[in-house]
Amino acid sequence: MSEQNINVTLKVWRQRNSQSKGGFETYPLNDVSTDMSFLEMFDVLNEKLIQEGKDPVAFDHDCREGICGMCSMFINGRPHGPKQAVTTCQLHMRSFKNGETIVVEPWRAKPFPVIKDLVVDRSAFDRIISAGGFISVNTGNAQDANAIPIAKDNADESFAAAACIGCGACVAACKNASAMLFVSAKVSQLALLPQGQPERKQRVMDMVAQMDNEGFGACTNTGACSAECPKEISLTNIARMNRDFLAAEMTAK
Amino acid sequence: MGLTGLFLCTFLVVHMIGNLQLFKNDQGLAFNLYAVLMTTNPFIKTVSYLLYLSIIGHAVQGIYLVFKNKQSRPVQYAVYDGKASSTWASRNMGLLGTILLVFVAVHLSDFWFEYKFGHVPYATYATNLENGDVKFMPAPPDYKQFNKLEETTMSTPEGQFKITIVKNLYLEVSEGFKSPWLVIFYLLSMCAVSFHLYHGFQSAFKSFGINHPKINGIVNFIGTWIFAIGIPAGFAAMPLYFFFK
Ligand code: HEM
Ligand code: SF4
Ligand code: FES
Repeated sequence: MSEQNINVTLKVWRQRNSQSKGGFETYPLNDVSTDMSFLEMFDVLNEKLIQEGKDPVAFDHDCREGICGMCSMFINGRPHGPKQAVTTCQLHMRSFKNGETIVVEPWRAKPFPVIKDLVVDRSAFDRIISAGGFISVNTGNAQDANAIPIAKDNADESFAAAACIGCGACVAACKNASAMLFVSAKVSQLALLPQGQPERKQRVMDMVAQMDNEGFGACTNTGACSAECPKEISLTNIARMNRDFLAAEMTAK
Repeated sequence: MGLTGLFLCTFLVVHMIGNLQLFKNDQGLAFNLYAVLMTTNPFIKTVSYLLYLSIIGHAVQGIYLVFKNKQSRPVQYAVYDGKASSTWASRNMGLLGTILLVFVAVHLSDFWFEYKFGHVPYATYATNLENGDVKFMPAPPDYKQFNKLEETTMSTPEGQFKITIVKNLYLEVSEGFKSPWLVIFYLLSMCAVSFHLYHGFQSAFKSFGINHPKINGIVNFIGTWIFAIGIPAGFAAMPLYFFFK
């Protein structure tokens, strides 16, 4: 596709800190290369704001190659913008039309408080992981990697679940702000492997309890999470977690 | 939620099959006998109490769920493109359910309450035991009997007859659906049933942890063709049938 320059109008959520109220600011931006990523476009905007002596827009980013999950932006009503299976850093300005108005908001969920502008605090996810997203291993020499046989199907499914980058788009997209897709991916990646079996029941109960404590909503199977997930984590993980959770609750001592 | 929801789904199937007797061209004999069976059989009575509890439990839990989930997003998005990633039905289960709750209340007060506590007139049917012909005679408006159903056989020069005297709920139904407003209300409610179950039926399986390519095909097929189309269409046909009859 040939390079083009387009003009866009950005409506960006500005909020000084988690206590203040916040509101939209409108920024026209001209001559934006369609080869720029969405974040590069924000870099250009911020340079402009700094030159004008204004406060640049705070936004999260790290890898800029779709693997760290930091670049949380809710663009025109969808997490990570209009494209399927991409993060904001992998979204390009060629996905927008000349003259388009683009509305950019932070993730909105009670457990993800806004720190500043578009930056939200996603440490609720870390606390869910700490609650059970681990396995126990003996210290000392690592054992031979091939010592434990694993069925190919399980290895594949586990790997697909492990592709979750913890970006929070699932929560952002869900009308209930439910974290079921994220938590179920983290439960499944271990539940599918032999190494995950010893803590399997306790893990699912603890992680679900922490998820509820954080204030995420309850899943009603709308499927928005998986449709918007940049890693296309499957809804079957949610069903697996429901299954494990029911079984664990019924047999727990 | 899923447990009560699926129980309500099985009820809809039974209710549908029973009510198909409204379409029988027998002046309501089969339907009125069915109404007696449904209100006297001890097993059916037990299940019906379970059903009332399920509806209440389902509605209370559903409405609580909607409110609780709202609290998980205290600040709303200015722009939210829901249709990009989910069906309209899945995002409006609370609204659809509330319509259903209103419908259930109106529906029960129209027919169930009338039948049990109101003034439903009695009807007499004479069935010719040789050729099966049914003759219908309304009972006098102030006629009352202790049992819901009285049956005797009678020999006359014209042949053997079975005489059935029963509460004529069929009349209530066929009269009720002469009102266009009631018919429209029922049709709208059946649309709500359709959308509620289009999402709800398959969702219940996922809530129980059943989401597998082998099973999803049949679950989605039943959810769509039976519960979202067949059942609401069948129920919608009843008011239409009496309105245009
Ligand atoms: C004809 C009667 C009804 C049937 C057959 C029915 C069936 C169902 C089913 C199967 C589900 C899915 C459960 C799950 O995902 O686990 C559901 C969900 C739901 N129902 Fe009903 N329901 C009925 C009436 C009602 C009523 C009267 C309300 C009252 C407010 C209601 C409110 C809800 C709500 C809020 C949900 C939400 C769960 C979600 O969003 O997935 N339903 N229903
Ligand atoms: S499940 Fe998908 S959308 Fe949710 S946190 Fe993981 S990668 Fe992001
Ligand atoms: S910045 Fe790392 S995924 Fe976008």
